[in-house]
Amino acid sequence: MKKTNKILIISTCKEKLHELEFIKPIEDILKKQKTNFTAKHYKELSLKDINKAKKIIICGTSLQDNEFIEDINQFQWIKNSDKPILGICAGMQIIGLIFNENNRKEKINTKTEIGFYTEKFRKNFLNIEGEKEVYHLHNNSIDFSKSNEFEVFASSENVSQAVKHKSKNIFGILFHPEVRNKELIINFVNQNN
Amino acid sequence: MKLALLFSGGKDSTFAGYLAKKYNHEISCLITIASKNKESYMFHTPSINQTKNQAKAMNIPIILLETKGEKEEELKDLEKAIKQAIKKYKIQGVITGAVESVYQSLRIQKICNKLKIECFNPLWQKNQIELLEDLIKNKFGIIITGVAAYPLNEKWLGRKIDKKFIKEIKELNKKYKINPAGEGGEFETLVLNCPLFKNKLNILNKKISGEKNTWNSEVNLK
Repeated sequence: MKKTNKILIISTCKEKLHELEFIKPIEDILKKQKTNFTAKHYKELSLKDINKAKKIIICGTSLQDNEFIEDINQFQWIKNSDKPILGICAGMQIIGLIFNENNRKEKINTKTEIGFYTEKFRKNFLNIEGEKEVYHLHNNSIDFSKSNEFEVFASSENVSQAVKHKSKNIFGILFHPEVRNKELIINFVNQNN
Repeated sequence: MKLALLFSGGKDSTFAGYLAKKYNHEISCLITIASKNKESYMFHTPSINQTKNQAKAMNIPIILLETKGEKEEELKDLEKAIKQAIKKYKIQGVITGAVESVYQSLRIQKICNKLKIECFNPLWQKNQIELLEDLIKNKFGIIITGVAAYPLNEKWLGRKIDKKFIKEIKELNKKYKINPAGEGGEFETLVLNCPLFKNKLNILNKKISGEKNTWNSEVNLK
């Protein structure tokens, strides 16, 4: 049966060519699930796009691309949104920055992780629990450990790897589930809220 | 952006370069690492020296570096070649044809990150059948130059990637789990023509070697 979920995929890529690497794999997962979606770059996003979406996925970008941090004010809508949101890598950093109003840029930690790492999920996170091998591709991270609004579900070496807002369906993951953990995206899309 | 294409002469790196150009980037140079180790995990080996002829057909300069192909040593050679490209051609990033291979991809990502340049992987996680169909749609002339999996044999050498090939490889995928894009090294390819080439290349001569289900065709192009 065809699902009618309308997913808004938000690109954070400065270079369009990077969208083939960070957006298309997510689109392909949703296509395979027969889930409706639209993809837009954050600079082209309107309030109408956000209101039309049932759920939102904010994707990652390349290691050298930090333009989204300079443009962080364009993501203020997240704070007042009641939509389920999944932030992947850059998307997780954006969520962290938006919910930490003070000392914004100082909240970014330098932490390079490239390749497969085993992360331990303390409890069920989008139907994932226990140890899981995940693919990392990042130079930065945000520390959610002292956050009053977010719960940390997985962390390693003081780096928050998977978080969820305590009262909203806002999820953040530092790793890239489109590489060998596609079920996490499917679980987010199919989750009843 | 001025980019270097990590170029093996095969279908994936050539198509990745084609996409970079389509997205208005400049391919300032090609980088080929010719490995003496035929079992190299990092670099494609059959007919690797033909990349010089392919570079001529594209009218793009090439940096061709030889490596012994010893596991992590070959990465130092790749880094050396990328540094040369930064110095000589002022590149700001590289393009790779990585599809599924995390082994190759993360090593290149680490080198680019260390050198603070962009790393583009436009075929990353792409469906393999979709990739083959895109090659045909975009008029890529590709032949098979190596096979290394049952039930592939010497009869596959020289075959073109066309609709018939896709149909057969889909069946082999179902029956024997052959990766349709040859990602597991099941087959190797060589591009004779594509929209990046000013002229089509022809096979001047070839030397075939192998046994059972492992065959290579060393090709000379003109």
